[in-house]
Amino acid sequence: MTQTSLLKQDARTARRNRAEARFKAYGLIAIGIGVLMLVILLGTIFSRGAGAFQQTYLTLDVTLDAAKLDKKGKRDIEDIKKVSTFGYAPLLNDAFAQLVDSGAASSDLKPKEMSGLLSKGAEARMRDAVLDDPDLIGQTVSFDFLASGRVDGYLKDRVTRDSIANDKNISVEQLDLVDQLRAAGLLKKKFNLAFITGADSSDARPEAAGMGVSMVGSLFMMLVVLALALPIGVAASIYLEEFAPENWITDIIEVNISNLAAVPSIVFGILGLAVFINYMHLPNSAPLVGGLVLTLMTLPTIIISTRASLKAVPPSIRDAALGVGASKMQSVFHHVLPLAAPGILTGTIIGLAQALGETAPLLLIGMVGFIASNGPESISEGLLNPNSAMPAQIYEWAKRADPAFYERAWGGIIILLVFLIGMNAIAVLLRRRFERRW
Amino acid sequence: MRDNTQTPEAQVAQKSKISATGVQVHYGDTHAIKDVNVEIEDKTVTAFIGPSGCGKSTFLRCINRMNDTIDICRVQGKILLDGEDIYDPKVDPVQLRAKVGMVFQKPNPFPKSIYDNVAYGPRIHGLARNKAELDEIVERALRRGAIWDEVKDRLAAPGTGLSGGQQQRLCIARAVATEPEVLLMDEPCSALDPIATAQVEELIDELRQNYSVVIVTHSMQQAARVSQRTAFFHLGNLVEFGDTDKIFTTPEDPRTESYITGRIG
Ligand SMILES: Nc1ncnc2c1ncn2[C@@H]1O[C@H](COP(=O)(O)OP(=O)(O)OP(=O)(O)O)[C@@H](O)[C@H]1O
Ligand SMILES: [Mg+2]
Repeated sequence: MTQTSLLKQDARTARRNRAEARFKAYGLIAIGIGVLMLVILLGTIFSRGAGAFQQTYLTLDVTLDAAKLDKKGKRDIEDIKKVSTFGYAPLLNDAFAQLVDSGAASSDLKPKEMSGLLSKGAEARMRDAVLDDPDLIGQTVSFDFLASGRVDGYLKDRVTRDSIANDKNISVEQLDLVDQLRAAGLLKKKFNLAFITGADSSDARPEAAGMGVSMVGSLFMMLVVLALALPIGVAASIYLEEFAPENWITDIIEVNISNLAAVPSIVFGILGLAVFINYMHLPNSAPLVGGLVLTLMTLPTIIISTRASLKAVPPSIRDAALGVGASKMQSVFHHVLPLAAPGILTGTIIGLAQALGETAPLLLIGMVGFIASNGPESISEGLLNPNSAMPAQIYEWAKRADPAFYERAWGGIIILLVFLIGMNAIAVLLRRRFERRW
Repeated sequence: MRDNTQTPEAQVAQKSKISATGVQVHYGDTHAIKDVNVEIEDKTVTAFIGPSGCGKSTFLRCINRMNDTIDICRVQGKILLDGEDIYDPKVDPVQLRAKVGMVFQKPNPFPKSIYDNVAYGPRIHGLARNKAELDEIVERALRRGAIWDEVKDRLAAPGTGLSGGQQQRLCIARAVATEPEVLLMDEPCSALDPIATAQVEELIDELRQNYSVVIVTHSMQQAARVSQRTAFFHLGNLVEFGDTDKIFTTPEDPRTESYITGRIG
């Protein structure tokens, strides 16, 4: 036998090393592609959606003329209420006329056309303020009015002088005025809290649409899912894993739970429509029904992850507990379950996150396309009143023609992502906490 | 196979605690225990010896019905504890296991504090009326497990953080804390150093004053040192059962002789 030197690689080793280097390179490339996709995705979402968190406002001094708002002059709230938003429109026109008179801007537009720069909700905004505090009547009050979607788009470069050639909602003269107001510092973009807290709006007022109410809808659905899916899922898993005899019935149940996890979510939607709405007569579009449907969808996820984490607890722990005379139930609840808890929690939160982002089943139970204008006032209202949900709201906006809604869809995705990331962070934190205790 | 040549005083002191007749155990198709008859006496240490896989652990687990937890395991025959059939349908295995404690082959402390490991049994059986009593029980058990001095300053530390040998002694302490009448020990010293082994053997000797102890061991010397009676298992059969002295000096069966002299196993 010839002596081989360790300092020199033989052919076989060199080949093996090359294969390993190649494999590592493939892995790096795969990870690189993944990270690149993620960066592109997040970059797109944030660059397109960030605009939704800013909105253009016009600061305008309005004289709340007593002669128009309270003709009898008695400041009786019932009298004041009789004046509808139409009664406030002239005030707005006067305010614009005054603006031009004061020399802050010059325009040949009629005051009514100038009012067109504002969102259609401007009158309602004034009326609400007056009803809130009737003493404002007769005073000159400075309001921050939402600008219309077109004006907002102009400030965000979505709308240009060329793009509005055939647009009936805005004219070049109006944009000239916008430029002046902007230069005067009266018209500017501000952070838009209403996008996060507000309700959806009709097609005519994209600038006023917000995620808030659908967020509440999602919240109530998640409460239903959590309250039902977690206890049912965990109880079912404990029974199957720890108590069920090993026979064909158990096997069938097991196979079916796994199959259930693979059922497309729209099927759960149709089931919810047939059972909860048509048969049990629960209200349409209600978060309760949405929650029930999503519970069905989330259960298999929770059961599978719970069973996996129960299985991961070493049998010797069960033996130890039984060996000192603990009952089966004591061994499960005192020893096995606490050890499995982090896994159960992670599974539950992942299941919830899935449910939070689910749109398809909501289509069938009427939670898509519904515009809820007010948030619920009590828990039962929250569960039973028609509402939408975050992903349904996003889908709804993405469908609409006005590009202003398109921007809001992206903004909604950002909010949804923040929720999902938040939930995952909670899962990680809870898991860490639990783990430190052993 | 029962050995009847006992000294007169032994006959007075010993009465049968556990009596097994015609015990058969199957794991699915595997016939692990074949028609075993054993009398385990009170206040006696009985050693089970035999080559690996001969069914020592299996038989031991029959005595506190731990085999119930294995779905494929079937136990036939009769095992009497103080004259009562422990496989009677009326018997609750949980109650049985409080009387018949067990130390497992592999140390299996709970992933809880050292204190809670030992206190768990007394807690669920309501052996202590207050914290002070529980503290006392825990200390006593840890002392008997020959581990008190090592852990007395860190009772709140996790039991799983101890070394293998310490964990095993913790498990012994946990088993004696509930004051069982019979203690089953499955190779309790396989992970221990000679000093800890000596301490455990001392404990076994002490336990013998009140309880009956059954110990599975692969060490002939240990069997000879701690036990009064020895049972030799081979391929699921109980080959020979009798006084330890006699088994180690004048075994009747050639298989026993080959095993203790190191020719099979
Ligand atoms: N859970 C089980 N399922 C199936 N067969 C088992 C199981 N436990 C033990 N057996 C079988 O039963 C027989 C006896 O095993 P047992 O564990 O009682 O042996 P042992 O004498 O304790 O061995 P050792 O000295 O190695 O611990 C072996 O053939 C083993 O394969
Ligand atoms: Mg064994």
